[in-house]
Amino acid sequence: METVLMKGNEALAEAAIRAGLNVYFGYPITPQNEVGEYLAKHLPRAGGTFLQAESEVAAINMVYGAAGAGVRTMTSSSGPGISLMQEGISYLAAAELPAVIVNMMRGGPGLGGIQPSQSDYFQATKGGGHGDYRLIVLAPSSVQELYDHTMLAFDLADHYRNPVMVLGDGLLGQMMESVTLKPYIPAFPLEEKTWATRGRKNRKPNIINSLYLDPEKLFSHNQKLFKKYQVIAEKEVRVEVINEEAEFFFVAYGSSARFSLKVIELLKEKGINAGLIRPITLWPFPYTVIAEKVNQSKGFMVVEMSMGQMVEDVERAVKGQKPVYFYGTAGGIVPSPQKIFRRTLEILEGGQE
Amino acid sequence: MAEILTRPESLTKIPFHYCPGCTHGIAHRLVAEVIDELGLMEKTIGVASVGCSVLAYDYFNLDMQQAAHGRAPAVATGIKRALPDRIVFTYQGDGDLASIGMGEIVHAAGRGENITVIFINNSIYGMTGGQMAPTTLMGQKTTTTPEGRTKDNGFPLKVSEMLATLDGVAYIARVALFDPGQVIKAKKAIKTAFTVQEKGLGFSLVEILSTCPTNWGLSPVKALKYVKETMAQYYPPGEFKKPEGVW
Repeated sequence: METVLMKGNEALAEAAIRAGLNVYFGYPITPQNEVGEYLAKHLPRAGGTFLQAESEVAAINMVYGAAGAGVRTMTSSSGPGISLMQEGISYLAAAELPAVIVNMMRGGPGLGGIQPSQSDYFQATKGGGHGDYRLIVLAPSSVQELYDHTMLAFDLADHYRNPVMVLGDGLLGQMMESVTLKPYIPAFPLEEKTWATRGRKNRKPNIINSLYLDPEKLFSHNQKLFKKYQVIAEKEVRVEVINEEAEFFFVAYGSSARFSLKVIELLKEKGINAGLIRPITLWPFPYTVIAEKVNQSKGFMVVEMSMGQMVEDVERAVKGQKPVYFYGTAGGIVPSPQKIFRRTLEILEGGQE
Repeated sequence: MAEILTRPESLTKIPFHYCPGCTHGIAHRLVAEVIDELGLMEKTIGVASVGCSVLAYDYFNLDMQQAAHGRAPAVATGIKRALPDRIVFTYQGDGDLASIGMGEIVHAAGRGENITVIFINNSIYGMTGGQMAPTTLMGQKTTTTPEGRTKDNGFPLKVSEMLATLDGVAYIARVALFDPGQVIKAKKAIKTAFTVQEKGLGFSLVEILSTCPTNWGLSPVKALKYVKETMAQYYPPGEFKKPEGVW
């Protein structure tokens, strides 16, 4: 297995090719342009197709068509582009089409900026588009995980026939780290896509659709989708807990988890035994894992590069039994571990809030 | 007794829901007949749009995908890029194609995407109850131009003429369905469009001037007369672009 120094955006693109990406559709937006640029160069050589769409709206609908045709397909973008894709993402979820959507988050709302942020958490995990649906959301925190999660995303998408989002940020996309280019091994047995529209040879027509004019039929379709989501919520929660025996826990994902680890080190020097709960799947969210730590923890500090989004899910897990603190930065500002450390120390020693 | 006319194999047996006098049924049948005659049923994937023809996937006995409003050309692009050896067509109305989906159709045409577009132009929004479309004629009364379309609402868009200027386009024709002679011409154009795709020559589109008796407030017969005497004057039928030599 080769270990190389690679940019996050390129590592994920390489993983997609190795996982059998057949067609990629995307539209340029900073800070994820290297994804499309890498695929434009390398995907055709691997036998796939790269197409630059005229807009994010078109890109996600091209993904819809290709997913319906039964091939592995992906798009990537950042906040403002992902917003444009929401219509298509709702349709993908409704029609149960497997596709991988990468969001390298930048500061928002609106046109915002191009610096890293985690302010698209609500959009990724709570819907974003219209109607009742869920995406599986993976939150890598290193270049290696960008690689690993991208491969996993394709398998989860195919296995559950559901769109999967890889939610990174501009920091992870742009940073270079060593990455081991592991061979692709499917996480699930890959079944033949007998439902796909590939021309109706020797069978009845296959139809990819999300229209149910009869309310009863739409309700039962919603029930069917939610049964699937329940299975995913039971089986696919992924989380990393560092220092199981801690007396205070940080909860953070992606880049924020990396800063939190530094804070935990600084606290250790002060004799404070802190740990980290790092959700790897943001949906399904690891409510149970957090709840299990309520008794032993004096409290929870949620660190996010947003004005406070995942903190609501942590509060839901903690159910008011212990204090939940929040440290957030927004607009593309990367939090300083020293500042988080001082704030945490104030809380723990001063007992405020 | 010998059967001289049967239902095309590429149509299901489900009865159309379209209003009496609406020409969607004829258009569906022509597309299905062409697919049968070219022997393409097993390799064709259709894309239904949003509008009166949203249920097209119930009527075509083919693999079908239903697309979001206006996005059919992007969905068709996705299918075609995934499966380049298949035949892919979209079936879109004028609200879908000429308004909300204008971006998608222009770029699919500009890329020379090797797909076929069946474009039903009845100059009005049918399914939502008769609002103004980009193709609504000047002076035409709709529920959102109750006194008739004026220049304040902009001018009708001639889609075929516009798209015919693009290099990626291989074949564009406008046909009408107001009498049997026109129906025969329409079928010929649809057959040409699918053949162009089969030969890999690029983007093909057939605009079909159609009726909407319900929202026009006309009887079926008067609606056909309106297409001939009014619509076809502003939107002249004809072939706007075709590949050289072969045809």
